[in-house]
Amino acid sequence: MSITTFVIISIIKSVAVVAVLLTAVAYSVWLERKVSAHIQNRWGPTRVGPFGLLQPLADGVKFIFKEDLTQPHVYKPLYIAAPIIAMVFAITSISVIPFGNWVNIGPWGTYLQITDLNIGLLVVLGITSMGVYGVALAGWSSNNKYSLLGGLRASAQMISYEVSLGLSLVGVVIMAGSLSLREIVDAQGGTFWGFIPRWNIFHGQTLAFFIYLISAYAETNRTPFDLPEAESELVAGYHTEYSAMKFAMFFMAEYANMVTVACLATLLFLGGWHGPIFGPPILQALMPVFWFCLKVFFFMFLYVWVRWTLPRFRYDQLMAFGWKVLLPLAVANIVVTALIVAWRA
Amino acid sequence: MLHLILFLFFGAICVAGAVNLLVQSHPINSALSLIAVMASLAAEYLLLGAEFVAAVQVIVYAGAIMVLFVITIMLLNAGAEERSKGSRVAILLGIPGVVIGGVLVAWTLLNRSNMQAVPIGALKGDPRDIARLLFHDFLLPFEVTSVLILIAIMGAVVLASRPQAVARGPRKDEG
Repeated sequence: MSITTFVIISIIKSVAVVAVLLTAVAYSVWLERKVSAHIQNRWGPTRVGPFGLLQPLADGVKFIFKEDLTQPHVYKPLYIAAPIIAMVFAITSISVIPFGNWVNIGPWGTYLQITDLNIGLLVVLGITSMGVYGVALAGWSSNNKYSLLGGLRASAQMISYEVSLGLSLVGVVIMAGSLSLREIVDAQGGTFWGFIPRWNIFHGQTLAFFIYLISAYAETNRTPFDLPEAESELVAGYHTEYSAMKFAMFFMAEYANMVTVACLATLLFLGGWHGPIFGPPILQALMPVFWFCLKVFFFMFLYVWVRWTLPRFRYDQLMAFGWKVLLPLAVANIVVTALIVAWRA
Repeated sequence: MLHLILFLFFGAICVAGAVNLLVQSHPINSALSLIAVMASLAAEYLLLGAEFVAAVQVIVYAGAIMVLFVITIMLLNAGAEERSKGSRVAILLGIPGVVIGGVLVAWTLLNRSNMQAVPIGALKGDPRDIARLLFHDFLLPFEVTSVLILIAIMGAVVLASRPQAVARGPRKDEG
């Protein structure tokens, strides 16, 4: 494949994936509003389009036309840069997520992934850890004590739970023998006894799955760990001085992080795109993507379900839980996994 | 050719960030310049073929250590530092001294080492190779380093803990 073909295919893939991601982010807001409404025995958006499906469009138009205030007392360079940082790092991490297998379109073929790095998992972790800056700098540049405290709390929470997040994934890496996301998914093909799939959640990493899920909920600042955002309901928060499009960028960055977490959870624990495949070849090329999207949808639904069911942690409970419970459990999981894998080899 | 261009580009960002770190008066700008230095160093590691080290540089240095720097600067609320008058002695002796020292070091290193060009893939950068080096060939230094880090953590905990108020009763403002 020549360089030009490679560049053109990569550009097409990047544009398609980012477009789908931004649409998914907009419609995850719709999902949240509908699911939360039905949990609370009301309807949610029903007026704008059938089932309120055009509501995200209306929200987008509202954000664009809203008055974009810039307070005089903020530190302008970082005030404007913070939502950009949050948004950039939230969208970049989708570049190593594989959606399916190799597809052949005419004379060209490509993996359904923007790029398959052999350290793909580390890249996602690195981008997640850089995303903390959006929150911290937003809180500080707003020149407002409530924003500062909200931003500091959020960043301290995020870096604390990054540790157990990363450690819970080490068990998966030990079992797959590679950091490449595609190889981790390939190691989960096949079934036990003909019908139980060899997903990592059934294959010994159940504890790691729950540690990952809890750490990811804390990482994306979602209930029950959303005290940095609850402050914005109670007092203020890191995005209190932001309006219109800049606030929308924080909002979209949060949901894009949720989508990334859901994608990682399906790839690492639920077998990625593995699922029953049948039918004509064109369908066989698309069925893996369908299974992947179904599992990601399940995780997004789980996010919303947990948010509107559980009460939130107090901040000291939150930090104690991350350091004193999840971290030792994750380390114990690594030790046990490593011992079993070494004993079997 | 592209390799050289990318190397110079990221090297320029690195040096510019380092110089900006010294020149800026507000510590938050210095911290952000240091983040730019760390990120460009990660890119340089990538250009050398050490992808694992590049990823770990971003995760550990730019993503955790610098976050702690930034959080500390925000908490301490250190404002822009005051500018005192520049010292003429420092400029007269300092700048030629730095230049002469740098030239000496560079000349010695370039003359003494028998450096050859190495193709990119020849250096070990794969996680497997690094794991083999770290846990097999250099296991003892690795374990000693982890003990060193543990000592540092314990020292930090001891230094940061409040003195035990055993003899005195509870303070008036505590419940």
